[in-house]
Amino acid sequence: MSTIGYAVPASVEEAVATVAATPGAVYLGGGTNLVDLVREGIATPSLLVDVTRLPMDRIEAADGGLLIGAAVRNTDLAANRVVRERFPVLSQAIVMGASGQIRNMATVGGNLLQRTRCLYFYDDGAPCNKREPGTGCGAAEGSNRMGAILGASEHCVAVHPSDLAVALAVLDAQVEVLGPSGPRTVALADLHRLPGDTPHLDTTLAPGELVTAVRIPSLPMARRSRYRKVRDRASYAFALVSVAVALDLDGGTVRGVRVALGGVAHKPWRATVLEQRLTGGPAGDAAFRSAAEAELAGATPGRDTAFKVGLAVRTVTAVLRQLRDEGGAA
Amino acid sequence: MVGFGLNGHRVTVQVEAFSSLADVLRTRLGLTGTKKGCNQGACGACTVLVDDRRVLSCLMLAVQAQGRSVTTIEGVGTPDALHDLQREFVTADGFQCGFCTSGQICSALGMLEEIDAGIPSAVADHVAAQPDPTELEIRERMSGNLCRCGAYNGIVAAVRAYAGRERAR
Amino acid sequence: MLARPATRLNPMDLSSMGVGSSIPFLNTDEVLVDGQPVAVVVAETIEAAEHAAGLVEAAYETSELSADFGAALGSATPVKGMPVGPELSGRRGDARAALAKAPVTVDLTFTTPQQNHNAIEPHTTTAWWEGNRLTVQEGTQNLDWSRKVLARAFGVPATDVRVVSPFVGGAFGGKSKVWAGTIIACLAARVVRRPVRLALSREGVYRTVGGRTPTRQRVALGATADGHLTALVHTSVSRRGRVGGGPEQIVACSLDLYDADTILAEQSIVELDLMSNTAMRAPGETQGTYAVESAVDELAVALDLDPVDLRLRNQPGERRPVSRARYSHRRLAETLERGRDLFGWADRPAPGTRDGATLVGWGVAAAIHPAWEFPANVRLTAEVTGQVRLECAFHEMGMGSATAVTQVVADLLGVDPADVAIGYGESQLPTGPGAGGSAQTASIAGSVEKACARLRTRVDALAAKAGRPAGSPVADVLAAAGQPSLTVQVGADDGPRAMVGQARFLGKMLVDSRRWKRAATGAHYCEVRIDADTGELRVTRWLGVFDIGRVVNPRLASSQLRGGIVMGLGMALGEETIIDPRSGRIMNPSLAEYHVPVHADVPRIDVVTLDDPDPTMPLGIVGAGEVGITGVSAAVANAVRHATGRRLTELPMTLDTIHG
Ligand SMILES: Cc1cc2nc3c(=O)[nH]c(=O)nc-3n(C[C@H](O)[C@H](O)[C@H](O)COP(=O)(O)OP(=O)(O)OC[C@H]3O[C@@H](n4cnc5c(N)ncnc54)[C@H](O)[C@@H]3O)c2cc1C
Ligand code: SF4
Ligand code: FES
Ligand code: FES
Repeated sequence: MSTIGYAVPASVEEAVATVAATPGAVYLGGGTNLVDLVREGIATPSLLVDVTRLPMDRIEAADGGLLIGAAVRNTDLAANRVVRERFPVLSQAIVMGASGQIRNMATVGGNLLQRTRCLYFYDDGAPCNKREPGTGCGAAEGSNRMGAILGASEHCVAVHPSDLAVALAVLDAQVEVLGPSGPRTVALADLHRLPGDTPHLDTTLAPGELVTAVRIPSLPMARRSRYRKVRDRASYAFALVSVAVALDLDGGTVRGVRVALGGVAHKPWRATVLEQRLTGGPAGDAAFRSAAEAELAGATPGRDTAFKVGLAVRTVTAVLRQLRDEGGAA
Repeated sequence: MVGFGLNGHRVTVQVEAFSSLADVLRTRLGLTGTKKGCNQGACGACTVLVDDRRVLSCLMLAVQAQGRSVTTIEGVGTPDALHDLQREFVTADGFQCGFCTSGQICSALGMLEEIDAGIPSAVADHVAAQPDPTELEIRERMSGNLCRCGAYNGIVAAVRAYAGRERAR
Repeated sequence: MLARPATRLNPMDLSSMGVGSSIPFLNTDEVLVDGQPVAVVVAETIEAAEHAAGLVEAAYETSELSADFGAALGSATPVKGMPVGPELSGRRGDARAALAKAPVTVDLTFTTPQQNHNAIEPHTTTAWWEGNRLTVQEGTQNLDWSRKVLARAFGVPATDVRVVSPFVGGAFGGKSKVWAGTIIACLAARVVRRPVRLALSREGVYRTVGGRTPTRQRVALGATADGHLTALVHTSVSRRGRVGGGPEQIVACSLDLYDADTILAEQSIVELDLMSNTAMRAPGETQGTYAVESAVDELAVALDLDPVDLRLRNQPGERRPVSRARYSHRRLAETLERGRDLFGWADRPAPGTRDGATLVGWGVAAAIHPAWEFPANVRLTAEVTGQVRLECAFHEMGMGSATAVTQVVADLLGVDPADVAIGYGESQLPTGPGAGGSAQTASIAGSVEKACARLRTRVDALAAKAGRPAGSPVADVLAAAGQPSLTVQVGADDGPRAMVGQARFLGKMLVDSRRWKRAATGAHYCEVRIDADTGELRVTRWLGVFDIGRVVNPRLASSQLRGGIVMGLGMALGEETIIDPRSGRIMNPSLAEYHVPVHADVPRIDVVTLDDPDPTMPLGIVGAGEVGITGVSAAVANAVRHATGRRLTELPMTLDTIHG
């Protein structure tokens, strides 16, 4: 009875052409988010273009880094030997997300482009600028423990739910896309956006653009990296706050550090203020804490999210401490 | 039309593009052992194995099963010939109402394969090196399967016992 | 088309308790609560029905809404209990005066949110009419209420309504009443004159089936310096829906837990524009024990006494502190003592003990749940082949009731369990008890005992005629008498005998409740670990010791008790039905956003039962379904207090309440 169609393109070019030519066509990855959104009436596609059978399901070594096909399943990426050795933060972020079954289904592209879990976004009875621009934001004055504390706007206080994206942010990943007008590369940091007054746009992708791969550049310091996810259940829950950290020490001095936060903003939040403060300085607890506080200084929590500020500071500090104390373990 | 292997047989069914595998199994193919507790990926009751991997049949479209091999609880064991893991569930009292059970069992079978394949979990990075999955490990990996009756202890015991016997073999 | 259902209780027809809400579904243009169905679409396939339902447009005029529990507390009105049934108040001496004079006091206010049952099987109804006869297939905890409520709603005799419910995929109270989905399925089937199946989505279950009431409770305790309780004040506000629901016996536990010199227990209630609340596993006792057992723990801290000792020092003797009725049997102190030994309480770490990055705490709390007994009609048939069949319209939701009843019958008749067949789960059988109040097994056992005695008498009479000694095996006597089978019945389903039976039951309940207090009790011991940086709380060890009277089947009983503890962990750690007061709408109607415990949240749970029959209950059985959940949240909160020094007074204890 539904009027939705399904297509299996033979090539990435055909996939892009099909979506470009069909109003309402969307890409279908594992479907773990899209199928739910269609049932909820939030997504109303006319055609599902299945990208999971396209030849973009491989993980290849490239210049000390990796080239990860967009249709690679989350489980396979987490299990990849190179990922676990050189980019443990990525493997950890994945296995802390969702459940074993969902990770088996979910693709890298779909994970990056999953939509927010904001309760008001999901409820078709509630106002939501993201779902229906101009209706207002139900979450702003509503129940919103999961909400954003950084980079939010009066129009939207939602967070991006992906764990994988937070790890990729810390790794300076590049996203390869193919659109009707050809291929291009966007930095992962620029893939997702802050809501501003157009919260209905989650990303900077143009309509019809297909994510084909994610490229991770060589980053030796990422061998000592870690993902920490703070959540309401011991497992199978979205992050209240999550932290991805890579740390490079020279004795007691920070030679390099990278930190990204999840669960706090409309996009993975790269902690550039913290990174600048710490780089070249002492790797001491006090320095860690004050740098984390500086990063969170601009936080604008809502009624239910005040706790996230302190939580983020303490979690970042704890992970930095832990990575430092683990020493050469990496 | 979609064709796939189902519990060792080949089936072909007429489906709509947006029909879930769970609905097609239950209403078109009469395999009601697969349960739907939420229809949105949040409970695990609908877990089946596709190409030996555990997936949620409520979020997988039936058309996506084209050419794959699907195993449901009906293919795992039958009342007359229970699978060893099913027998352990009985022994260890791994259920009450039974509504989550087929999902737990399919999930556990897929989960043990994942351990053997060296797939990491949030609890341990290198589980492949462990001789026996610990309780913690099983709990973490099985957390996608809710049991509201709270039969978790029995489920973990059943999976442990089964895994131990398989390894001893 | 539909009679407006009454939610008021008719004492002579308890099935009026089976009405979920007073909403006249699809027979009104007024929307009384968010989530009230306004239309139903019937189609050949579920896809077509869903598609069409998506096309229905409804226009509303809006009116003022009262859905904010916290804001409505000031308008609460007092509630009183009924002569029979759960207690809602009690008074011994002048507790307020005693509290004012007490050398040591604790005065705390607790908040608990709404919770929902979340049986993994969502409510699904299949209904069809043959003329004026209705058949309904669905998971229910009360076949009798279901058929009677439906009969009244559709104006047909109850004998023409057949409800079939062989297995129930979990219920926990959520399937004990008749809710929107059932009524609408029957209505639709009547209109389209074909069988109709209505399967609620998970969201549909949240919106149309009630949950546990939120509470705001005050517990104030007064004690002497050596830990003798001089005052216990326990007051509570709960909420019902304007469309139905009840107070839940929140302060009832305070009438039995401690022998305080003075006691004041009172409840009041507010009515909101929300779906009715309804029984959810140990309704009232769950919220009440959380508050009282937390406050008692805080008092132990204030007195610098061991919390187990404080509890032991204040146990009642043979009689109830307020009503002075006798305890039929009370082993709460023993459960505390056994638990103390088994858990190794003597090695309790110092408060605030740290293990690496985690804080470790141990907690203890008492558990209590009253024992109920409901009427159960049974039919017992013995065959010359040696087979025995027991029939009773009871309910199997995973408790293993059929197994337990098989054992009881086999035991009483001295036959092999393999020769016993049980008929249940279908309303045409002799009316059974509802699966509620942890009473099902005990209630059936009482009638089975009578039936077996009656059968024995009849068989012995036959034996005498056939020249066989009294007490000969039933099958032998039947064979000798040339009789293929013999059937006895206990209780009547319809007609004047049923009315007499009902009146007799209520009378007995009243007399019994004046004479005896019967209850399951227990003690929880647990360990928690809290991440010092994030406040994440994990429960790492659990022991529960229970007195549930005679244990018919240890596996089944332990499973029930564990199940209660796991649900209690959910209540302690994460469960909350979030309602936006602006719309009266549940905002997290999903298992992804309403956090029931997952595997990783649940440690190994050790369960011990005393197995000591209650002398006043059928076969000594007390019931194990609900006592397990009582006290659980308090044990966790007390362990958190021990680990962190913070007394949490709000559920659930998410990390922001711990660190915040
Ligand atoms: C109960 C539950 C719990 C979860 N918990 C977590 C969690 O803790 N952490 C976490 O990170 N995630 C979590 N998830 C989300 C899950 O990880 C995502 O649903 C999944 O990663 C999406 O991947 P997919 O391939 O299934 O995407 P799909 O659902 O197929 O697609 C998602 C979106 O991406 C688009 N898309 C897919 N592939 C491409 C492509 N190649 N190019 C362009 N567009 C594309 C689709 O059109 C769609 O808009 C949870 C999900 C559920 C249901
Ligand atoms: S926070 Fe964003 S997604 Fe949530 S209701 Fe407001 S606008 Fe919608
Ligand atoms: S029914 Fe598929 S996960 Fe719940
Ligand atoms: S056995 Fe009932 S939900 Fe698991």
